[in-house]
Amino acid sequence: MVGLEHYLTVAAALLVIGIFGIFLNRKNVIVILMSVELILLAVNINLVAFSSFLGDLTGQVFTLFVLTVAAAEAAIGLAILVTFFRNRGTIAVEDVNVMKG
Amino acid sequence: MTIADLAFYCFAVPAVFAALMVVISRNMVHSVLWLILVFLSSAGMFVLLGAEFVAMLLVIVYVGAVAVLFLFVVMMLDVDFAALKGQVSRYMPLAAPMGLVILLQLSMGVGAWVQADAAPGLRQSVTPDPIQVENTRALGLLIYDKYLYLFQAAGLILLVAMVGAILLTLRDRKDVKRQNVLAQMWRDPAKAMELKDVKPGQGL
Repeated sequence: MVGLEHYLTVAAALLVIGIFGIFLNRKNVIVILMSVELILLAVNINLVAFSSFLGDLTGQVFTLFVLTVAAAEAAIGLAILVTFFRNRGTIAVEDVNVMKG
Repeated sequence: MTIADLAFYCFAVPAVFAALMVVISRNMVHSVLWLILVFLSSAGMFVLLGAEFVAMLLVIVYVGAVAVLFLFVVMMLDVDFAALKGQVSRYMPLAAPMGLVILLQLSMGVGAWVQADAAPGLRQSVTPDPIQVENTRALGLLIYDKYLYLFQAAGLILLVAMVGAILLTLRDRKDVKRQNVLAQMWRDPAKAMELKDVKPGQGL
């Protein structure tokens, strides 16, 4: 029987892979953004799993808000990335500190 | 093992594997496609959990909008991804122990907790019986009633994000001729046209 812990394990694995991806692709902003999406997905799985197993619908409402913020964050992040690429011709994050002010 | 258990593993294993492929794939387009598989598998898990609305939202918002946005940006930007990926092996000695340590820390919590007896009494909004009130309807009743202001705030966040994204990427290109509506509206007919009395055989 698949219980709450199985879902929590999947969520933990996704979270760790997300953090791992941020460390692994330190230069590539697009993969870092995708890793952040993975981390937020892990949060969503946690919320929905607890919501389902406890019988409390609030967790799913929270999932909707996390989803909203994740979508907004992806849009803004990619917009900043496009602007950065247009100005610098690269997406290497190490050069971001030239954007002072 | 029941069908539901089998379905869980059919969704969980691809989700974790695809997530791993997202971060270690050498081709960025493949990364985005693996990300889509992660989202679809998670949507399947949500269906198994009885959260159909969130599952469909995941498919529509994440796969339909966010992943396509990623794909669009990856293909639009002419970036030498091979050069960026060349650094991966340099960071592996740091990233692998870091991931392992976090995984160990999280695995310490597995099985080491019990649900409090008071937990069922502390529920904010008890899930109604799915036979009588289905998931989407129950969520709607909750969002438009109890969490109305938070719902509006979420809409505001999306509006601000939309305005910000448009403002960031909009640019005024000098080499492209664009319609200037105000200039058209303020155009004076008296100055726009001049009548000349041209004599025959002379020209201007």
